[in-house]
This record gives sequence, C-alpha cells and structure tokens, in this order.
Amino acid sequence: MPKEAVVSTHPLDEVLRTDRLPHIWCPGCGLGTVMGAFARAMLASGIPLDQHVVVSGIGCTGRVPGYLKVDGFHTTHGRAIPFATGLVIANPELKVTVFSGDGDLVAIGGNHLIHAARRNIDLNVICVNNFNYGMTGGQLGPTTPKGAITTTSPYGFPEDPFNLPHLLASLGAVFVARWTTLHVRQLEETMIRAFHKRGFRFIEVLAPCPVGFGRPNDMGEGLDEMWFYRRQADYDPQAALEMLEVSMHKDSKVICGVFVDTERPTYMDNYHKYVLSKVMGGKSGAA
Amino acid sequence: MSKRVLTGRHFMMGDVACAEGALAAGCTFFAGYPITPSTEIAERLARRLPEVGGHYIQMEDELASMAAIIGASWAGAKAMTATSGPGFSLMMENIGLAVMMETPCVVVDIQRGSPSTGLPTLTGQSDVMQAKWGSHGDYEIIAYAPASCQEMFDLTIRAFNMAERFRNPVLIMADEVVGHMTERVVIPPEEAIERWERPRPMVPPGEHFLPFAAGEDLVPPMPRAGEGYRIYVESLTHDERGYPVMSPEVHDRLVRRLNEKIRRAYDQIIDYELSEVEDAEIIVISYGSTARSARQAARIARKEGMRVGTLRLITLWPFPGRVVEELSARIRAFVVAELNLGQMAREVERFTDRPVFRANHAGGMMMPPELILASIEEAYRDAKGSRRQYASIR
Repeated sequence: MPKEAVVSTHPLDEVLRTDRLPHIWCPGCGLGTVMGAFARAMLASGIPLDQHVVVSGIGCTGRVPGYLKVDGFHTTHGRAIPFATGLVIANPELKVTVFSGDGDLVAIGGNHLIHAARRNIDLNVICVNNFNYGMTGGQLGPTTPKGAITTTSPYGFPEDPFNLPHLLASLGAVFVARWTTLHVRQLEETMIRAFHKRGFRFIEVLAPCPVGFGRPNDMGEGLDEMWFYRRQADYDPQAALEMLEVSMHKDSKVICGVFVDTERPTYMDNYHKYVLSKVMGGKSGAA
Repeated sequence: MSKRVLTGRHFMMGDVACAEGALAAGCTFFAGYPITPSTEIAERLARRLPEVGGHYIQMEDELASMAAIIGASWAGAKAMTATSGPGFSLMMENIGLAVMMETPCVVVDIQRGSPSTGLPTLTGQSDVMQAKWGSHGDYEIIAYAPASCQEMFDLTIRAFNMAERFRNPVLIMADEVVGHMTERVVIPPEEAIERWERPRPMVPPGEHFLPFAAGEDLVPPMPRAGEGYRIYVESLTHDERGYPVMSPEVHDRLVRRLNEKIRRAYDQIIDYELSEVEDAEIIVISYGSTARSARQAARIARKEGMRVGTLRLITLWPFPGRVVEELSARIRAFVVAELNLGQMAREVERFTDRPVFRANHAGGMMMPPELILASIEEAYRDAKGSRRQYASIR
C-alpha cells in the first residue's frame, strides 16, 4: 500500500477562499493555472495583501476574484476597468488588478480598455484569452481566430481578430506581455514585475477552453492545447508587434514574452502636474 | 485652498447649485460625460472638486461614469455623476449594480425632451418611470424632484445623506428648466449642514465579519476596499458572506431585503409640499418645474371660484402614496400635471379611488398653467367623467 500523503494546509491557503472550493471551471480549463500563478505572485510581491484589490467583469474569468482572499469585486459585463478606475483614483494606495476575459475586456469593455490605457491609469490588467465566450457556451469573440468554429460561427469566423499586444502597445500601455498557461513560471515572474510597475499594465494569457474552443477546432482537450503551446510557442520579446496575431493553426507560432516595459507619467502623476499643482499645491486623494 | 461650502446668498444656476450642494454634502469624486442640459454640473465640479481635494474625471461614456462612481464609493469616496436622458439610459445597468452591491452614490438626471436624442436643450419629465423601473429586476430607488435652484442645492445634500444612510443609489430627477434657470440660492454655514455617513463595521479587520449581514434597519455596515476586511462584493445573487449562491431562497431573501430597507424607511425618505388643500375639492399633483405652473393654475382657478389645492411631490420614489390615499378621502378628483404623457398619473391611480385627470405635454417647454387649468375645469365639471388622456393647449 502506498503511503497516504496527508497535508492540512496548502501554500496558497492564505490567499484563497478555501471555503469556496472546488471552483466552477471545466476540466482542462486554464483559469486555475492563471489564478494559481497570480496567487503566488501576490504572495511573492511583498505588497501587503490588504492593499491588493481584484476587480472582474462577467464570464469564466470574472469568477477569479471570488476565489481570492483579498478585496474583490465582481462587477457588470465589460465594466471592470471603469469600476477599477474609480477605486484606484479614490484611493491611489490600492494595488488594483483587473482580472477578466477577452470578451469582457476587449468586446463589450473595449472602449474602457483603450481609454484606461491612454490615460495610463494605475491598473494591472490580466486578460485571459481563450478565444471564445466560454460561460455562455462557446460563441465567437473579438479574439476568435479567423476561420475558427464556434457556436455562432458554425461556418468559420469570417473576421480578423484583435492582436492584443499590438493594440495595447499602440495605446501607450507601459507594460505589455503575453504567455500561455504552459508558461507558469514565466507568467508568475511577469505578474510580480507588473505588480511593481506603475501605470497601465497588460498581461495576455492564452488559456485552453476545451469545451468552448478546443473541441470544435480540433485542438482537442486542455492537455492537447498545452502540447500545442509547447510545440508552437516561441519566446521572442523583440518580435515586431504586428506579427503577434494568434491564428491557432497547427503550424502557426504563438509568440510570447514581455513586449513593452517602459515608463511614462501615470494618470495621477499628470493629474498632480496639470491640475492639483494649480489649485492646492499637489495634495491628492478623493476618499 | 478654496472653501468647500460657499456660505452666503447667491444668484445661481440650478445646475451650479446642484454641484455646490454635492460639495457641501462632502462629495469627493465625480465621474461623468458631457450632456446637455446637465453639463454645467460637470463644468462646475471640474473646477471646484480639485480645489477642495476631490477628484473630477471625464469618462469615455456614461457606462463608465456610473461604474467609476461605484468603484470610488467602495474606496470610501462620496461619489456622484450627472447626466440627461440618453446618458441615463446608458447608466441603467450599473444603477442596478449599485443597488445589488449596496453602494452609496448620487445620480443626477437633468431631464430633457425624449425619447432618444429628443430635445437636448429643452425641458421634459419623461424619465420619471425609467428612474424607478429602468434597470432590470425588482429594486427600490430613492428619487427627488427639485423645483427651484435652492432645492437643487438642498436636495442634492439630502441625496448624498440618503445614499449613505441606506447604501443605495439616490437620484435627483430634475428637469431642464430647473437645471438652467437662475435664482437666489442661500448656502448655510458649513456647521449647519448635516452630513450623514454610511454605517461602518463594528468589528476590526481580521475578526469574523459577514459583510452583507444586516441588522434591524436591513442596511449592512460597509467596509472600504483596502481596510483589511478582505471583502468580496458580488453582482451575482449572494449570501451574507457576499458569496454567490444559486439558491431561490437566498435570492428571494436578498431581493426582499434590498427592497424592504428602502420601503421600511418611507417616513424618513418621503417629502412633499401641500398648499391650500384644507377646503380643496380638486388637488393638482405635480413635481419639478411643473409644480410652479401648477401653483399658478391653482391661483387662477381659485380666483374663478374653484376650490383647488396642490400637492408637490418632492420625493418621487418611493412614491408618496400615503398622502394621496389620505387626500382622497376629502376631495372630488386629482389632476396630475407633468411634462410627459402621463407617467406619475398611473402611480397616483394606484393609491386613490377618485378620478385622476391629466394635464400632459410631451415636453420642450415649461408646462403652461392654462393647460393645467383646462384639466382642473374639466375635473370640476365632471369628476365622475372619463379620464382625460392628453390635454392640448387651448
């Protein structure tokens, strides 16, 4: 008889709402991996957990803050970024992460995404991209690869998807990265780096959704998609941004890395410089 | 540093008085999007909020504005936005979010001619039912209808206080006439202004705390993000821990509590003004700028020998149904005057067995007293007759 391993605690107990587990995500889903990396990154960041706030919109990824034992807000579809904008402006001491999916952030919330990036709001955005709307059963979204089969593109998606790193870089995001759920260590390290930066940070995480996307597109199960990432992922932080589109063809590359890591004044820096300095000597804080 | 409260006598536009009322109430955060005829509120606060240590941000749309004030409120700010019909429509979903997350915030709607783009620069009162029913689901909202620039100031303060007290969005349902007219506004000394604060947790962070467990008043204490309570705040149906629960029982209990906490406070929230009702046979019910026309119509009617009184609704929601009930016992009929095709008149009918005559205009101008007078005359002639649907100008 093999010896039974008995542990009473898990290293992430401190940051997980263990009374809410098991989570709702499907077998093979990448969200648990991303959440695990994020939880470890929070602990490793050295930032007091009480300062961390996680805000999400609607969808599978929107459920992440519900499992994290830090202040969390599960808001309306597409509105995580403006909600978080209000939070972090009213209390700039908060370390606010927006954790949401591609549909929530880029389709219904697309306008907020581009404006928050333009403003350089002090937000850390983690966009879990699974190429479809998972929660509603596998519909097309703005990141669905051209030609892909979804329940609302039964003949193949006829549109061109967003290239998110290219989009975010063009908007002036100070930190733009992409990994897949295969790249657990790199993802965790990138999240820690992002925690210690100020301004609008964007991490795209490609994640399997075997039920909504993998099976209809011959990607197979979650593990098969991980094998695909293993075969096709290339680390190339110097890659031309316009080459970063993800087509998910069996012989197409998935380019990963930290593509942008720069500095520019944040929204609050500019607010101090252009507004507060003229009225009250730079004192800030709305709360 | 400029003063937060501009104590003194002013000749002030309604929209500006609203902005000053917000500042006097302790508003520290405004997120909005320009829209006629509410823009002067944003313009005033863009100048004034930074002066007093607050924050103004112009968002990309009204969806974002509404979301941002809810977020700011959870960071501890007293937060407000201002808009008009089209923007109010865009705010509806997140007004529901504020209800569900029990978030104090103030939304000002300076109504204009609607539907759609309608008459951007001209007045209307056709958003008053949307105020109650515009977001999906069963919810109670608190809404005030100012009829003067002074009330734009006073009721905005009250809106903030009620929002904090009941952890609910509170609406100022003004109309373009009140927003854009200029009158005397008296701003009291700062120490004379009552400021209420949201209920706060009684236990320190780290101890057992159920963020959505309420006491007798059904209003749970509200922590701030970053205080250490590690709260989880849900738009989904949630239990007292804040956790999402797919249970019909939990859902029914939550939705009933959210509604009941407002209904139970009826006496604290309701405000109205009665005039010459003692001997009245007909009472004209109105609100906002239309109440000024109603007073004039009642005066003329009295001169002509008709015994007419007025009821001005200051609180629109919850609807002051009890006063309508009480008045019903001693009058022949009501006339409901409003710049829409009969929205609050329906609500009046729910509380009376007397005939309800209507004086309506779709908006674009201040209600002509003659139009109300025509309905008064009709009510006087035939209080048992058919209900007037759409009175026209004579």
